[in-house]
Amino acid sequence: MDIFIQQIINGLVLGSIYALVALGYTMVYGILGLINFAHGEVVMLGALTAYSTITGLLGLGVPLPLAALAGLAVAALLCMAVGYTVERVAYRPLRGAPRLAPLITAIGVSIVLQNGAMMVWGRNYHAFPNLVPERQYDVFGATITLLQVLTVLLAALTMAGLMLLVLRTRLGRAMRATAENPAIAQLMGVDVNRIVSLTFVLGSALAALAGLMVSANYSIAHYYMGFILGLKAFTAAVLGGIGNLAGAMVGGILLGLIESLGAGYIGDLTGGFFGSNYQDVFAFFVLIAVLVFRPSGLVGEKVAERA
Amino acid sequence: MTKTCPARPAYPHPLASAAPLALLIAAALAGCGNKEEPKPAATPATAPAVAPTITVRIGHVGPLTGPQAHLGKDNEDGALLAIDDLNAQGIEIGGAKAKFELLSEDDQADPKQGTIVAQKLVDAKVNGIVGHLNSGTTIPASKIYFDAGIPQVSGSATNPKYTQQGFNTAFRVMTNDVQQGLVLGEYGVKKLGAKKIALVDDRTAYGQGLADEVEKSIKANGGEVVAREFTNDKATDFKAILTKIKSKKPDLIVYAGMDAQAGPLMKQLRELGIKSNFLTGDGGCTPEFMKLAGEAAEGQMCSLPGVPLDKMPGGPAFVNKFKVKFNTDIQLYAPYVYDATMVLADAMKRAGSADPAKYLPEVAKTDYQGVTARIAFDAKGDLKSGPISLYKYAGGKLQFVETVGGGAGGSGGDAPVPAKGDGQK
Repeated sequence: MDIFIQQIINGLVLGSIYALVALGYTMVYGILGLINFAHGEVVMLGALTAYSTITGLLGLGVPLPLAALAGLAVAALLCMAVGYTVERVAYRPLRGAPRLAPLITAIGVSIVLQNGAMMVWGRNYHAFPNLVPERQYDVFGATITLLQVLTVLLAALTMAGLMLLVLRTRLGRAMRATAENPAIAQLMGVDVNRIVSLTFVLGSALAALAGLMVSANYSIAHYYMGFILGLKAFTAAVLGGIGNLAGAMVGGILLGLIESLGAGYIGDLTGGFFGSNYQDVFAFFVLIAVLVFRPSGLVGEKVAERA
Repeated sequence: MTKTCPARPAYPHPLASAAPLALLIAAALAGCGNKEEPKPAATPATAPAVAPTITVRIGHVGPLTGPQAHLGKDNEDGALLAIDDLNAQGIEIGGAKAKFELLSEDDQADPKQGTIVAQKLVDAKVNGIVGHLNSGTTIPASKIYFDAGIPQVSGSATNPKYTQQGFNTAFRVMTNDVQQGLVLGEYGVKKLGAKKIALVDDRTAYGQGLADEVEKSIKANGGEVVAREFTNDKATDFKAILTKIKSKKPDLIVYAGMDAQAGPLMKQLRELGIKSNFLTGDGGCTPEFMKLAGEAAEGQMCSLPGVPLDKMPGGPAFVNKFKVKFNTDIQLYAPYVYDATMVLADAMKRAGSADPAKYLPEVAKTDYQGVTARIAFDAKGDLKSGPISLYKYAGGKLQFVETVGGGAGGSGGDAPVPAKGDGQK
C-alpha cells in the first residue's frame, strides 16, 4: 500500500509540472490554433536562466530565499521577452499562411533556441542548487519531500490564478473572445495582436516557473531538457483537450499518474512482458486510446469549425 | 555538416544570461555549425624544406549535440589534442611529411545518425576512424567501416559485440563490458557484502550489455538479483522505478548507464529514503556524476577500465596538457580517444603508408605505449590486458580504491581526473 501511495505522490509531482507546461501549449492553441513547439525550449531557458541567476547571487553572498525569488523573476522576465519576440518574429508574419508554415517555423525556433542555449550554457549538465531544506515527511509509509509539497502547492495556486484571470477579468474576456473568433473580436474593439502577444507572454512566464520547478525537483538543468518535456506536456494538453485550460491541468496530472503507476506496476501485471522501460510509452498508449474514443480530449468540448 | 562550433564559452558569467539580448544574439549565431570549415590544425613546428607532403584525414564521431554532448565534446578534444601533437612532431609516413586533419561528425548518440555520418566519412575517404563514443552507435557503424576497409579504433565503446562481429577493422583501446561486469558483480557480492542486488540500466547497447554481464557475475558469486528495472538515456525522473525497487529492499543498487542519469538517480533514491549502496560502471564514473548527485554520492563507488591516469607514465602530463589547451577538465574518455588516434598514426608510420588497406595489418600488430595503457590487441581487436579500477566518490572527489585484474597492481592515489571544485561551469 505504501508503494501505491508513493507512486501516486511521484505522479502528482510530475503531473503538476506537466500541467504547467501544458497550459502554455493549450493557451496558444486556443487563441491561434497553432502548436507552439518552441514552448518546451522556453521552459529550458527558464530553468537555465534561473540556474545562472541563483548560483550567481549565491556566489555573491545573497541569502537563498532571496536568490531563489530573484532567479524566478529574472527567468520569468527573460522567458516573457523570448515568448514575445518569438511570436512577433516567427508567428505573426505567417498568421494568414497555411497551417503547416507556422508549425515548421515553430520547430525551427525550437532548434534555434536549443542551439543558442548550448552556446551560452555549454554542453555540460548543471547541478541545480537546493532551493528549500531537504526535509522529508512520512505519509502512510511513503516519503514526500518539502520541495515536492511546495511544487504541487505552487502549481495549484498558479493554475487557480490563471483560471481566475481568464474567467473573471477584462483581459480574460478579451482572450476568450479572440479564441472564439478573432475577426469579430477585432470588430468589437479587442486589440487582437495585443491579446496574442499577452497570451505568449503569460504562457512563457508559466514556462519559466515550470522550468524552475523541474530543475529544482530533479536538480539538473541542461540545454536539451526542453525537448522531451515539451513533447510530454503537448501530449498532456491533447489528452485533456487542447485549447481547454482545465483540460491541460487534468491531462498533465493524469499523464504524471499514468507514467508513475505504469512504470511501477506494468512489469508485475504483465509478468515481465512489458518493463519499466515503457514508462514513456504508456502516455502515448493512453493518448491514442483517448483520441480514438474521444477525439476532443477528456475535458475538451466540441470545437466548432470556423466558417 | 562538419561541426565546427567552438564558440562554447568555457566559463560563462553567471549573470551573462540575464540579458535577453545576449541570448537572442547567441540564438541568431547558432547556425555557425553549417559552415564547412576545416578543423584548425596546429602549424608544424619544424618542417623539413624538401620532403613531399601528404594529408592524413582522421574521422571522429561522437555525440556533439543532445544529452551526451559533454562527453562527445570531451572525446573530440582528445582526438584534437592527438592531431595537434602529431602535427607538432612532424611525422613522416613513407618518406612524406604527414599533415593530420580531423573530420569530426556528430551522431547525437543515435544509432540511425551514427550510420549516416559513418557513410559520410567513408565517402570523404578518411584514412582512419576514432570513435564512436557509444556502443549503440559504434556497432552499426562498424559494418560500414568494415565494408570500406577503413580501420576503426574506439576509445569508449565497451559492449563486447563490437569486436565479436569478426570485423578485422574493429579495435578498441578500452576494456570491454565482460571484464567490467565481472568485476562489478564480484565486488558487489564479495567486497560490499551485498546479498540482494537491484539492477537498473538505460536500455542502450552499453547499459543493457553491461547490466547483463553484471547480472551473470552476481549470480556466479552467489548473490541474488531482486529487481531488474529499466530507464532510458534521456530520462530525469526515476522515482517510479526506484519506488518499485524500494519495496524489494536491496542491499545494493547497480546502475549501468551514463552520468547524466546516474547522478539524478542517486539523488532521488536518497529522497525516497532508500539506504542501499550504489555502484556504477564507467559511464557514471565522472565529475559530472558527483556534481549532479551532490552529497548523496558520498561514499558510493564506480569502476573505470584501466588504471588511474596518475599511475600511468604519461598521465599527469596529459591532464595538464589538456587543461592548458582547452581550459576545461577531462570528462571521461579523452585520454582513450587520444590513444586511439595515436595507435592509427603509429600503424601508418610502421606501414609507411596511410592507405587503409596497407596499414590495417599493422594496426592488428600494435604494441604501443599510450597514455592510458600499453596497447596491444588480441585476435578480436580487444585490449590484451584489461585491468579495471574501482573508485569511491568521497569528499567531492573520485578517490582511487584498487585495481582488479589485467595484471596491474597499485593502491592509493587519486582520481584519473581532477574533480571540479565548485561545480560551476
